[in-house]
Amino acid sequence: MLTKQQIAQRIARELKDGYYVNLGIGIPTLVANYVPEGINVTLQSENGLLGMGPFPTEEEIDADLINAGKQTVTTLPGSSFFDSATSFAMIRSGRVDLTVLGAMEVNDNGDIANWKIPGKMVKGMGGAMDLVASAKNIIVAMQHTNRDGESKLLKKLTLPVTGLGCVKKVVTDLCVMEVTESGFELKELAPGVTIEQVKIATEGRLIIEGEIPEIQF
Amino acid sequence: MKKVVANASEAVRDIKDGMTLMLGGFGLCGIPENSITALVNLGVKNLTCISNNAGVDDFGIGLMLKGRQVKKMISSYVGENAEFERQLLSGELEVELLPQGTLAERCRAEGAGIPAFFTPAGYGTEVAEGKETREFDGKQYIMEKAFNSDYAIVKAWKGDTDGNLIFKATARNFNPMMAMAGKITIAEVEELVPAGELDPNFIHTPGIFVNKIFQGVDYEKRIEQRTIR
Repeated sequence: MLTKQQIAQRIARELKDGYYVNLGIGIPTLVANYVPEGINVTLQSENGLLGMGPFPTEEEIDADLINAGKQTVTTLPGSSFFDSATSFAMIRSGRVDLTVLGAMEVNDNGDIANWKIPGKMVKGMGGAMDLVASAKNIIVAMQHTNRDGESKLLKKLTLPVTGLGCVKKVVTDLCVMEVTESGFELKELAPGVTIEQVKIATEGRLIIEGEIPEIQF
Repeated sequence: MKKVVANASEAVRDIKDGMTLMLGGFGLCGIPENSITALVNLGVKNLTCISNNAGVDDFGIGLMLKGRQVKKMISSYVGENAEFERQLLSGELEVELLPQGTLAERCRAEGAGIPAFFTPAGYGTEVAEGKETREFDGKQYIMEKAFNSDYAIVKAWKGDTDGNLIFKATARNFNPMMAMAGKITIAEVEELVPAGELDPNFIHTPGIFVNKIFQGVDYEKRIEQRTIR
């Protein structure tokens, strides 16, 4: 099984030199720690920063400089600031190459739910609906099952949808899957995880073809 | 026309019960702290507030929620406020949640004289319910309308006596679009200078959009997630 850090590390291998990337809150944020050697990516934070740097030192903290998760951050050489309309212009016009998001549920058509649990949690969608409606490439980082052990990879979403048919790839603690027209296609297994375990934990259509390699770290 | 007012209470004094207000900021970053305090003191009620977030329990718009001044909140993310969640779940507070880019663009549209626009964000979701949809080049979009707000209240870093504004870092966020919107725009700034002192090359919001401006005091600039290396 993969730890949260390993999920982030595996997703970081999808980064290509020159990519503009938007990382969601939670596991996606950790992807920034594993950018491969020789690859330069620019992180977009939808509150109005392109070229997000690491967390500040105590001396560098600036209340006016935060990321979309409201954490204090820094800039890098080449960074820019802009307003929220400009930020979402970048997103909707498809200039962000890769979006990594957390999810509560994903279905085998690539629909995603991650903004609301009716009657329980009312936090809102933030920028997630804009991102999933327009991003060219969306990878979901999440646990394969919820706290009750139920699959989060479904035939049909049970929670309110955030966006339709948008998820391209899912990386969980168990495996890497691509979302294809015929369902979740198993591409790689986490070390020590069997195909049988993935089958049990996946409620949606699962496609297993040929040898499935193990993720190497 | 003289735009400079003495302080926040003078700037907000004509705001009435039932009005629709835009309030700049993302989380607690770039919020009009002085004006919010003045609105709490003014005690106006039944407000509709358009703001990306709703503050935290004891700061920002949270202070107005605590005093039950807000009838309706229009936001994209409201996750940091327990009192907000309580009022919402009990039905005391009406809430319209919108995708963040849609919220920003609806502000911009109001300020730009554009009555409506089409966006893909929210298509096929609860957000699209009751809204016109249309296909362009094989992709589905929903129609979103410009806001119609009475006051826009923004916070800038520097401003001049003609109402020109410069924002700092990510404290810019929703402030420039909101400044363009509102029938009346109030800007509070950390530093107010005479017209001519700010380099015109670096103005973010031209003074034509700003009706009242004042230099704020005692900025707390609270940090929600203090994160260090």
